Amino acid sequence: MKLIVAEHAGGKLTKATLEMVAAAQNAGGEGPVTLLVLGQNVAAVATEAAQYAEQVLVGDSAALAVYNPEVWAAAAAQIAQEGEASLVLIGGSRSGREYAPRVAVKLDAPYLEDATSLSVNGDTVQAQRYTYLARVTETVEASAPTVIVTVKPGSFAPAAPVAAAGEQYDVELELPAARTQITGRSVEKTSRVALTEADVIVTGGRGVGSPDNFATYVEGLADRIGAGVGATRAVVDAGWRPYAEQVGQTGKTVQPKAYIALGVSGAVQHLSGMGKSKFIVAINKDAEAPIFKVADYGIVGDVNQIVPALIEAAKK
Amino acid sequence: MNILTLVRQVPDAEARVKVSGSAVDLEGATLVIDGMDEYGVEEALRLREGGANIETITALAIGPKRNEDALRTALAMGVDRAIHVETDEKLDAVALSRVVAQIAQAENATLILVGGQEADWDSQALGAATAERLGWPQLTWTNELKIEGESISGRHDVDDGNESFSAPLPAVVTTQQGLNEPRYPTLPNIMKAKRKELRKDTLDTYGAANTVRVVNAEIQTRARMNRVIDGKDPQAAAEQLLDLLRNEAKVLA
Repeated sequence: MKLIVAEHAGGKLTKATLEMVAAAQNAGGEGPVTLLVLGQNVAAVATEAAQYAEQVLVGDSAALAVYNPEVWAAAAAQIAQEGEASLVLIGGSRSGREYAPRVAVKLDAPYLEDATSLSVNGDTVQAQRYTYLARVTETVEASAPTVIVTVKPGSFAPAAPVAAAGEQYDVELELPAARTQITGRSVEKTSRVALTEADVIVTGGRGVGSPDNFATYVEGLADRIGAGVGATRAVVDAGWRPYAEQVGQTGKTVQPKAYIALGVSGAVQHLSGMGKSKFIVAINKDAEAPIFKVADYGIVGDVNQIVPALIEAAKK
Repeated sequence: MNILTLVRQVPDAEARVKVSGSAVDLEGATLVIDGMDEYGVEEALRLREGGANIETITALAIGPKRNEDALRTALAMGVDRAIHVETDEKLDAVALSRVVAQIAQAENATLILVGGQEADWDSQALGAATAERLGWPQLTWTNELKIEGESISGRHDVDDGNESFSAPLPAVVTTQQGLNEPRYPTLPNIMKAKRKELRKDTLDTYGAANTVRVVNAEIQTRARMNRVIDGKDPQAAAEQLLDLLRNEAKVLA
């Protein structure tokens, strides 16, 4: 079986989960595509999952109400073992890449991290991944009865529902007690689309000038065209924007259809987080800024002048 | 208590990375201590300076000879001693965790600090895999850390925001930007570091076997169109850009 640990939020499967389903369907190899839904009160998620997989395993438990890497790893490893999974796919999110290595150690299985492509041939699994701040694409390979893979979000087209709904089974899990206590939680709420799910992202750098300008131009343009908002490290370090918006090596990695960089110079650490975007647009008054080297479309000009014109023109 | 802080020597972010044959070739590249690991070294020093009862801070590197420089940097920053398991074998993170876990036990470590995502292999796995081998909890992407008796507390980033946590020691913590601002080694400290212990070790006894093969490496840069519009007339430039995004790239409605 090809086991996928479903990621869900707000009672729905995430786009990243549907991408993993597509990765599993197209990778080759044998056995049914199986979604494992973990959490508390996840009946609706399980029903949705059944549209995408031949079988859905449901671990619904109070012990799974709050995500914890040790608990999630135990659940995934147990099901992988009982179901003799040849392939275990876990999301390439922060949490997925946090507990997947524990699953690999528990099962003494090879771990392919952050895969952007996937193929299975017998018990050999091959994947591509980025290394050296995303400057290099490596092809990696592992041969074993079970291989653990995290799948980089945005690398596969999301799967469409399959014709017949899959079977749902409840599973009994033996879970360890969570030792880490979460004493507070701050969810970075935004009315905008999440950065890692956004088709279009507007990002501001120091060249935008000030926090006020950031709100006017970066947020203004994003709202006009229905985009997510990103920021560079310099802007976050300066305290203009929250860390949650940071794109780059130490922030989020994004791969939207269009990435619009306003007043962004294009340091390599930033490029490593957004360089795989389908189209890159740069607006910067410095014609020598490195961002223009990776841009598909660029405007050499002042953000303060170009962006209001862009917001105005986008209304038409 | 003892702290183990992991370091790697990696290409500078601005350095050009090249590939010869089917592997990355670092010949001639400028190499530096990994920035993410440096936050871990700094944090160990700050925990001690902040009054935590820390006996020994040991920096550990596993990898080729060049990692010696990262260890020298850590020693000059102020760690007490260093261990270098020297090998040219390219081990994956899960295999490496086997070595780290054994050394942590031998060194009686109660806290392991490691970079959240290193700049060479773009992996986040070493901390988590090590924690699992030791049966310890882990806190990843930590940007605030305190030791309180037998436990740690702090704040770390999660998928949709951040959390405050408390966890029992021993534990593994992965570090990142925002945790602290690493210090520069001073000349006297660089001199002092030369007399500190840098123990050499080999991989032989740890039973660490690679399970992931790198079959190819390529520098892949997507060809970009580089269509640059003059912004002297903002109105015209804006309209032209929108037209390209809507009708050529088809990324906007």
